[in-house]
Amino acid sequence: MNKPIYFDYLATTPTDPRVANEMMKCLSMEGNFGNPASRSHVFGWKAEEAVENARRQVADLINADSREIVWTSGATESDNLAIKGAAYFYKGKGQHILTSSIEHKAVLDSCRQLEREGYEVTYLEPGSDGLITPDLVANGLRDDTILVSIMHANNEIGTVNDIEGIGEITRAKGVIFHVDAAQSAGKVEIDMEKMKVDLLSLSAHKMYGPKGIGALYVGRKPRIRLQALIHGGGHERGMRSGTLATHQIVGMGEAANIAMEEMESERDRLISLRERLWSGVKDLEAVQINGDFDQRLPGVLNISFSFVEGESLIMSLKDLAISSGSACTSASLEPSYVLRALGLSDELAHSSLRFSFGRFSTEEDVDLAIEQLVHSVEKLRDLSPLWDMYKDGVDLDSVQWAAH
Amino acid sequence: MAYSDKVLDHYENPRNVGKMDVEKKNVGTGMVGAPACGDVMRLQIQVDDDGVIEDAKFKTYGCGSAIASSSLLTEWVKGKRLDEAEEIKNSQIAEELSLPPVKIHCSVLAEDAIKAAVADLRQKQIED
Repeated sequence: MNKPIYFDYLATTPTDPRVANEMMKCLSMEGNFGNPASRSHVFGWKAEEAVENARRQVADLINADSREIVWTSGATESDNLAIKGAAYFYKGKGQHILTSSIEHKAVLDSCRQLEREGYEVTYLEPGSDGLITPDLVANGLRDDTILVSIMHANNEIGTVNDIEGIGEITRAKGVIFHVDAAQSAGKVEIDMEKMKVDLLSLSAHKMYGPKGIGALYVGRKPRIRLQALIHGGGHERGMRSGTLATHQIVGMGEAANIAMEEMESERDRLISLRERLWSGVKDLEAVQINGDFDQRLPGVLNISFSFVEGESLIMSLKDLAISSGSACTSASLEPSYVLRALGLSDELAHSSLRFSFGRFSTEEDVDLAIEQLVHSVEKLRDLSPLWDMYKDGVDLDSVQWAAH
Repeated sequence: MAYSDKVLDHYENPRNVGKMDVEKKNVGTGMVGAPACGDVMRLQIQVDDDGVIEDAKFKTYGCGSAIASSSLLTEWVKGKRLDEAEEIKNSQIAEELSLPPVKIHCSVLAEDAIKAAVADLRQKQIED
């Protein structure tokens, strides 16, 4: 067993060796290195063929038409292009955007930028289960709403929203619906025929593909128009200029292909690992799962261990690579904004860890995690004055703390 | 973030972990920080008849640096008179543990804790 054991598959995944193998064929002189935009020779034609094959593979994963896939540098760029691109293009129809407070920073910061430019944004608050429901969206819509952006699966707690239900509402009102599916693609079913989604962000490195490549689904029925953010050679039908990175794109295509083939068996395996982890730690006193238990990604649990501080718990679990939340915000000492939106106290948000496992996780990995977790939580609680007070029956909320 | 060897040593083998009877006349208790901020330190000192700190105990909820700061402090205050203990500065703790700038507040909290414990003890002695 290699240590530390990787339990941070929501931050990123290792590239599958089958994917890396396909990518390597697109780099050197002997390989498929041509510029897909070159029309005058076979090097270009072969590269274009590889890119279009990958486009079909990604489209198949979400049951879309391959003409609806636009390559980007990753989900962050896809989110930016979807939100700003739609907001700019449809400005004449209205200037209100509806999203939620627990979106990824790529969505939130794109919305903040639009606010600085004069748009109005409403941030829906989830219930304590972490879900953004169709009802919440229906109540947040205004006559001047042009765009709704709601994530499929949350990157900190793993909850999965009812995208099909939300899509029914937005389509009926003629409002554009963008979905950040970076965390859900390849893990749970996404079907653009069933889900009335107009724009959908995808990332390769969350599904065993390489970093630096993603895609944006741009629906054709009804036809969605975007104002480009990156201008240049007019690639990707003018929506995203820049020479296509054949090896990256082929990697994403192969990753999508493998994910689709293995989704069902992998889902069952990951759910059983998730349940194994939870049954191993749930008998510790004062622990809880954050976010709805059932409506969630297969391989994800966010757990609060009351009276133990998260950073010191991570420090003590040195054989486990885990995080206290999103990798994008782990440099900050602030408690997670997602957990706070669920109504967790700052203290409980500080005491929470995210476990995410995937394709290369095993039962032995989970068993070792359980053993170390139980040991560390008990050790740190012995060190914790808050645990003493809890055991003595003191209500921590009634104590006057000197905040610093 | 990489922790210094001294922080790791105190974190893995914390010294003087425990709890004293807060009611005892010769025990001073300092509890500082807040759960919402991610650190709470409880430092307790016990003095002998000559006013010298003969024992110290701590419990800390917080990151590794906060645990190490309070563990180190319990080692330092033993054998000191109250006025000497009060003079311990957060900068000395930060330097001894090589705390990075983002963790300086842990040493500040430790300094606050010993000051609060001494103040608590003095208050008890006045009331006596």
